[in-house]
Amino acid sequence: MASVIKVEHLTYIYGEGMPDATTALDDISFEIEKGEFLGVIGPTGCGKSTLITHFNGLNRPTRGKLYIDGEDIWADPKKIRQYRFKVGLVFQYPEYQLFEETVRKDIGFGPRNMGLSDEEVDQRVVEAARFCGLDEAVLERSPFELSGGQKRRAAIAGVIAMRPEVLVLDEPAAGLDPEGREMILSQVKRYHRETGTTVVLVSHSMEDIAKYADRVLVLQAGKVAMLDTTANIFARAEELVSYGLSVPEVTKIFLQLREMGLEIPVDVYTVKYARDTILNALARQGGGDRA
Amino acid sequence: MENQMIRAKEVVFRYAEDGRAALDGISMGVRRGEFVAVLGANGCGKSTLAKHFNAILLPEQGEVYVEQYNTREEDHLYDIRQRVGMVFQNPDNQIVATVVEEDVAFALENLGVPPDEMRGRVDEAMEMAGIYKHREKAPHKLSGGQKQRVAIAGVIAMRPDCLVMDESTAMLDPIGREKVMRTVKRLNTEYGITVVMITHYMEEAVQADRVIVMSRGRIELEGTPKEVFRDSARIRALKLDVPQAKELCDLLREAGVDLPQDVISAEECAKALAALLAGTAQAKK
Amino acid sequence: MLRDITIGQHFPGNSVIHRMDPRAKLLLTVAYIVILFVGSNPIGLALSALFLILAYGVAKIPLKLIGKSLRPILPIILFTAVLNLFFVPGDPIFTWWVITVTWQGLYNVLVLSVRIVCLIAGTSLLTYTTSPIVLTDALERLLKPFARLHLPVHELAMMMTIALRFIPTLIEETDKIMSAQKARGAELDTGKLTDRIRALIPVLIPLFISAFRRADELAMAMECRCYHGGEGRTRLRQLHLGGMDLVLVAVCAAVFTLIGCSGMLWGLMGL
Repeated sequence: MASVIKVEHLTYIYGEGMPDATTALDDISFEIEKGEFLGVIGPTGCGKSTLITHFNGLNRPTRGKLYIDGEDIWADPKKIRQYRFKVGLVFQYPEYQLFEETVRKDIGFGPRNMGLSDEEVDQRVVEAARFCGLDEAVLERSPFELSGGQKRRAAIAGVIAMRPEVLVLDEPAAGLDPEGREMILSQVKRYHRETGTTVVLVSHSMEDIAKYADRVLVLQAGKVAMLDTTANIFARAEELVSYGLSVPEVTKIFLQLREMGLEIPVDVYTVKYARDTILNALARQGGGDRA
Repeated sequence: MENQMIRAKEVVFRYAEDGRAALDGISMGVRRGEFVAVLGANGCGKSTLAKHFNAILLPEQGEVYVEQYNTREEDHLYDIRQRVGMVFQNPDNQIVATVVEEDVAFALENLGVPPDEMRGRVDEAMEMAGIYKHREKAPHKLSGGQKQRVAIAGVIAMRPDCLVMDESTAMLDPIGREKVMRTVKRLNTEYGITVVMITHYMEEAVQADRVIVMSRGRIELEGTPKEVFRDSARIRALKLDVPQAKELCDLLREAGVDLPQDVISAEECAKALAALLAGTAQAKK
Repeated sequence: MLRDITIGQHFPGNSVIHRMDPRAKLLLTVAYIVILFVGSNPIGLALSALFLILAYGVAKIPLKLIGKSLRPILPIILFTAVLNLFFVPGDPIFTWWVITVTWQGLYNVLVLSVRIVCLIAGTSLLTYTTSPIVLTDALERLLKPFARLHLPVHELAMMMTIALRFIPTLIEETDKIMSAQKARGAELDTGKLTDRIRALIPVLIPLFISAFRRADELAMAMECRCYHGGEGRTRLRQLHLGGMDLVLVAVCAAVFTLIGCSGMLWGLMGL
């Protein structure tokens, strides 16, 4: 499969040359494939945020290269802005970036900066709002009147409206209640499925990563610790725990079963898969006590 | 009666006069030494209720009592606030001073505690919250979880009888959340501080003695975590998550496997499954 | 990046000067400034400069930091120096075309420059060795008597403290908002001045809204911790004038008196 983002020996040092310089990213290389849903996990301070701000050129690598669609994005620094539209970045608590009088204008901020015509901007705003589950009626309201969940979705729509090739979301569901979380993440998933956009989801919630991602990148102390399919990543649950990461609760249950000396696979990360695993085990062992 | 820390009687509250009731006739109590979790979707009124517990908000109708004091009694405002300490959601917006230990001392300074006594109480509070080693740091150099524990220490220094956590773990990462939760649990079990924990994390709620589930300004469910989470369908209807352990057991029971209905934690679930698998293995022999 | 801006010029350390009572430090700094003007003659200024160099040595603050704090006012020093050098009448040293440099002019320039450098370096020593929060504290206590004249001393000190506490938070926030708007294609650092000011709107509005929200929440948190103004308030940090402070104040008083009297000495020598 073709890669949409290619990171090559990327190193990023904060305050290089200063006595307190810290290496946030340490010679990392990997590729993000076109159309995939990639989960990024890692303990706080592992360099996740620094990494994603490289994807759209907000940070410039101290060393190493970053390619989008095969182009070195820093080949001509004057053209860096065009990559902001190719890789749409949604920061943590994005509702704090809302500023326009109406939701419509706010979502249109990105597309207007792209220099699109008014009709084109409006068309994209309506489309993005629909993907994020916002009614047309909401578009005429002030973003500051909306509920917390709606504000969050309006802010995400502001990035989707740029129709980026890659959508990067940093903890898009942080601080929301279970319903709000579910709503945002399932809308992102639907957007991914319907448009084929590559999605990068950074999250602390292993349950969410397990549920939505095809592949998972594990960052640890500025290095790529693992990059594999979701099933293979969670099969290494003990290693994840040793990095100071949590694993989904079902995985915890299976880890405990293993500790109790039971022969059971540990690559379990969704509840449905867990059910099937247990049912299989029961059937294998005789299944005598089915009610 | 003297065992009651907080009592709410028929409390009605509206933010705007013509708006809908944020609290719609709430009656509840918190016993001394108890750990109560209050759950509910956003906008269900749980934070509004919490703000009634130390007279930040006063009921439109009904009464709230903190021990013997009615929260309407202005003369006892500081008695009430000293007894019921509150920690909020955003760790950045509740730290006043530029040095950790000075922030922890803030409430004591306001209460006019003599400086010699204050030193001891500040150190004690920082020990209890596990931030003593950070006492000379600037708050903005700390992680979110550490900041929240500074906020807890700042409240604990008042030696309150009750600690109200108003979604104080919502903005933290899993590690920070776990540390804050452990600190709060210890304050409850070792120091007997009553805890009211407003949250939407189920794994925090299952650790409480009692869970109250709110919806649209009313109490919908109340009981021990096992009682409350027993009915998964009801929990989902109230827009809350069901713990994965419980969900797995539900799915297995639907498939005809014999499992107890009140499994809510990962440990219990693992034990039940281990017993089941060992049992079938024996039956085969 | 904005993050690189350092707030205040505190240079942490553990010297006698660092540990000195901030009230004493503050008052001595004021006295030093006064003495710079009283003892404004070559002997006095030489002594003042010597005193300061010694103080920097005791505080273990590198002298090159003085250069750093002088940089912003260097143009002013140069400007006044040029004015004095060329336009003060008196005995000419040399004349070239319309320009005449006089002994009096040169004397003025030297006195003026040394005085300004000592003034800046002296006050910088205070901020280098005293954290802003301790300084605020000292100010509040020194000004306490004025509270009786309805000067809101406690409130001002509280505002200072909160400002100091929130500056790093708001800087970080500004950084985040700027990144978020740049991610939506905002051009913040290119274009004409008017364009740039317009481009700041998407940053300033969210920043103000956030600052107001923070203020609101902070006020509530302060109320929850029984804040009710300065009345009946005690403090964790007690300031004690220790033996060392008294010795230092006495030494400085002696030196300052000497500098103050240096004018007479200079006068005698002039005869």
